[in-house]
Amino acid sequence: MKFGVVIFPGSNCDYDTYYVLKHMLKVETVFLFHKDTDLQNCDVIILPGGFSFGDYLRTGAIAKFSPIMKEINEFAKNGGYVMGICNGFQILCESELLPGVLTMNTSLRFQCYDVYVKVINNKSPFTSEYQFNEVLTMPIAHGEGNYFIDDDGLKALYDNDQIILKYCDQDGNITFDANPNGSVSNIAGICNKSKNVFGLMPHPERCSEQILGNTDGIRIFQSLLNNL
Amino acid sequence: MYRAKIFVKRRRTILDPQGKAIELGVKSIGISNVEDIRMDKYFELTVNENDEIVARKIVDKICDSLLANPHLEDYHFELERL
Amino acid sequence: MREPEVTFELALQHGLTEEEFERIKEILGRNPNFTELGCFSVMWSEHCSYKNSIALLKTLPRTGKRLLVQAGEENAGLVDIGDGLAIAFKIESHNHPSAVEPYQGAATGVGGILRDIFTMGARPIAALDSLRFGKPDDAKTKFLLNGVIKGIGDYGNCFGVPTVAGEVYFEESYQDNCLVNVMAVGVVRVDRIAKAVAKGKGNPVFIVGSATGRDGIHGATFASEELTEESETKRSNVQVGDPFAEKLLLEATLEVIKKDLIVGIQDMGAAGIICSTSETSARGKSGMRINLDLVPLREKDMNAYEILLSESQERMLVIGKKGRESEIIETFKKWDLNCVIIGEVIEEDKLEFYKDGKLKALIPASSLVVGGGAPVYYREYEKPEYVDRLQRKDFNDLPKIEDFNKAILKLLSSPNISNKSYIYHQYDYTVGTNTVIIPGCDAAVLRIKNTNKAIAVKTDCNGRYVYLNPRRGTQIAVAESARNVACTGATPIAITNCLNFGNPYKKDIYWQFKEAIEGMSEACKIFDTPVTGGNVSFYNESNNYAVYPTPVIGMLGLIDDINFITSSYFKNDDDVILLLGKTYNEIGGSEFLKIFFDKVEGEIPDIDLYYEKRTIDTLLDLIRRGLIVSAHDVSDGGIAVALAECCVMNRKKQIGAVVNLNMDFREDFFLFSESQSRVIISVRKSDLEKVVKILKDSEIYFKEIGKVGGDRLIINDIINLSLKEIHNAYYESFEKIFG
Repeated sequence: MKFGVVIFPGSNCDYDTYYVLKHMLKVETVFLFHKDTDLQNCDVIILPGGFSFGDYLRTGAIAKFSPIMKEINEFAKNGGYVMGICNGFQILCESELLPGVLTMNTSLRFQCYDVYVKVINNKSPFTSEYQFNEVLTMPIAHGEGNYFIDDDGLKALYDNDQIILKYCDQDGNITFDANPNGSVSNIAGICNKSKNVFGLMPHPERCSEQILGNTDGIRIFQSLLNNL
Repeated sequence: MYRAKIFVKRRRTILDPQGKAIELGVKSIGISNVEDIRMDKYFELTVNENDEIVARKIVDKICDSLLANPHLEDYHFELERL
Repeated sequence: MREPEVTFELALQHGLTEEEFERIKEILGRNPNFTELGCFSVMWSEHCSYKNSIALLKTLPRTGKRLLVQAGEENAGLVDIGDGLAIAFKIESHNHPSAVEPYQGAATGVGGILRDIFTMGARPIAALDSLRFGKPDDAKTKFLLNGVIKGIGDYGNCFGVPTVAGEVYFEESYQDNCLVNVMAVGVVRVDRIAKAVAKGKGNPVFIVGSATGRDGIHGATFASEELTEESETKRSNVQVGDPFAEKLLLEATLEVIKKDLIVGIQDMGAAGIICSTSETSARGKSGMRINLDLVPLREKDMNAYEILLSESQERMLVIGKKGRESEIIETFKKWDLNCVIIGEVIEEDKLEFYKDGKLKALIPASSLVVGGGAPVYYREYEKPEYVDRLQRKDFNDLPKIEDFNKAILKLLSSPNISNKSYIYHQYDYTVGTNTVIIPGCDAAVLRIKNTNKAIAVKTDCNGRYVYLNPRRGTQIAVAESARNVACTGATPIAITNCLNFGNPYKKDIYWQFKEAIEGMSEACKIFDTPVTGGNVSFYNESNNYAVYPTPVIGMLGLIDDINFITSSYFKNDDDVILLLGKTYNEIGGSEFLKIFFDKVEGEIPDIDLYYEKRTIDTLLDLIRRGLIVSAHDVSDGGIAVALAECCVMNRKKQIGAVVNLNMDFREDFFLFSESQSRVIISVRKSDLEKVVKILKDSEIYFKEIGKVGGDRLIINDIINLSLKEIHNAYYESFEKIFG
């Protein structure tokens, strides 16, 4: 069992993610540099948060051309597990490994605070350790997390159970006020049709330790471990 | 009425970090004979004014006070009579 | 371009005095050429030379058992925290650039201080911002504030450093000269500390990072002048920050340090190449031979003067180990950064700069730097007339406030007191996964990975106090920041400072400066918090009005056991509330006087530094015995505001309190007095007896004042507010004004 965390130039949650995997879950974890073309036999690839290439031009737009992305594309098409957190989610959308696009928050500001998200689908390999409709607290930190997809695309997401997490209020109600960034249908995280590629805006690696006051995120990584 | 096409450009002597990073992207799609990429801004707007001189003044004012950052950017625009 | 002839007039235009010009001629044994004149003028500017402050700064306590370098020796202070680790930290101002172009000014300020930290080999783990603006209800203030916080946010967020704490104040005195001070904190392994030194004959000298353009030429001299209408014409000085390039520079720098490929490294901040080459050479008692033709340029046809003085951002000077050149170049290339050899280290104390095959400047390295040839001045001082005039003690002639519910809500919603989540929600304060106590509490706490330790950090200064009484006001700034970190459970261990003052050539300004330094010195000695370094920013004036003297203190505290971290807010029903410290009739200089009577006058609160130290030690003892549930410092707005904050500070679980205060003088003055050395603590009923005993044994004055619980804050029979009312005033006011 081996996890790989990709370092793009400008990734800044790479060490945080590595720390949780290596020191909290005690699972073998390696860094993969964006110029590499060898995935080192990893079972799970994580694209961490940050500002790859400064988020210049469009978030994720330049990172998708990094040499390693070709390999990750192959890997995902063959059923390998790939997860993108925040900027990683943006890169997965730009790379078309996930449908839709993440645009600027409706507030036009960067937003950092805890939000509530609801587990809409606990049958995915990324969320099997959660209860259906469980309400989690997770931190967000992004300027461009406003998930957009056209009506046909959204219908397909619903039809295939691809929506994994939705923003909600403390009691689990999916409301306009609970949506921090304007995402369509309060979407916080989705997966692809075959359920092996997952992207989410909140940061599970920032809520996986007791000392940080919140461990709601760690079960995402545990779910993956249990499904491998 | 005039349609204004406005270009706001960061002065050539001032660093454009975005342009530099986009250059890295261009290289990574295998093109190496491109350089000096600059990322600038383009606006269009319609002025409800029939006097060209007045219209020009209005666009100038919008550019000076809002669209262009006087510390970093210059602008120019074209007016097209509608 | 033909170089202008160097005359006395040209030297004056470069900001040099007649005396300084004569000294340059003496040092060189001839007339300087144009390039050399430029080098001396920036290096001897206030910004680089500290010429009007260094003599007084040297009187500060600058040694301690934990300090690994002395103040001024390296780019930042370095404090040993055990476990083979040290904390690098420093605060710096970027006031003038931010007043002209708030976004880029603040962004490049963050970039500069981060480079100071990682050039020491430390990975930045936190940033703090200490900001001051003019009148809150003013379009310009709103523009500046939003530009500055976006600049700080965009830079820090992209770079990946959490901005975890800070302060924002509004006073008329900062109207045309805002203050933007940024502190950065990093962690380094003691065996991987890098030095800002050049030595070893023949070692290669590299320039790495971004290309050099005509950015900020004479920025250093610009920062050393008052802001005038003319500043507008100096617009070409504006530098642009590139946090993405900085992030790459961070990774590459830490990599070459880890691989032990380099002798020394220094950030290029003010005065760019000339500053970094001269300072590293002087520290290593050596010199350099540099070929400026090799410097990667962003603009063609730059001359030697411009290349040497350019302040283009995200650049470093690296002194490599001979024989390891290709490994160094490979490492920077991996991160897509320029890395070019531009010269070598030589044994003699001289800097030789060549361009187009010609020697363009030849200067002894030591003659340019602080502690070497740079001038040192003792300025004249005189107590300004306003100080005595404003020292009144008795405010009983002021009309009494009748409606205390309204009064407390008004204070809670004032821009100086109200919660600043509008700002810190735009900063990524959780990246790095170390933030244990988030912004909004007394101080931020960050755990140190792979240890059982944590640090607490805080910036503090009440400029109004320092204006009314520079010595005591500065003591209070040190005391309050120490108390703030102690409230989290951290022992205060060292400070950095950012001294924002007016024009030092004015006697009254220099008096403020001298008094502040002496006050800081006294306080730091008593608290055993040595000064590890910092920054002086003079000339914070506009149209002849100086800002309030603002010596911002950046405090570092150490928590030895992460199991004993304490937050500021009330937590459990029935916990007992104690007030440590005595409340005196001290309303002078308070937020209350300012908000209700628009007065900035009076005698500021007294402080007994030894008593304060005892309070801090006792508080820490209680926390480490696990006897305290919450601890919150009482400061701006007094006991009433502090109690309200304790009730609503935890947004996820707000809780009320019923309090009875024995008010032995005017109620409004009692509630809003800003007497020092006070802390509100809450303890479990079952621990009360133990807590009381320890407080008595330590001779700490205290009163049991009430109980936690319910959904209202009730104080005697004069304040009765719902948590919702308090919440709305405290949390929603700031955004209404500035959003």
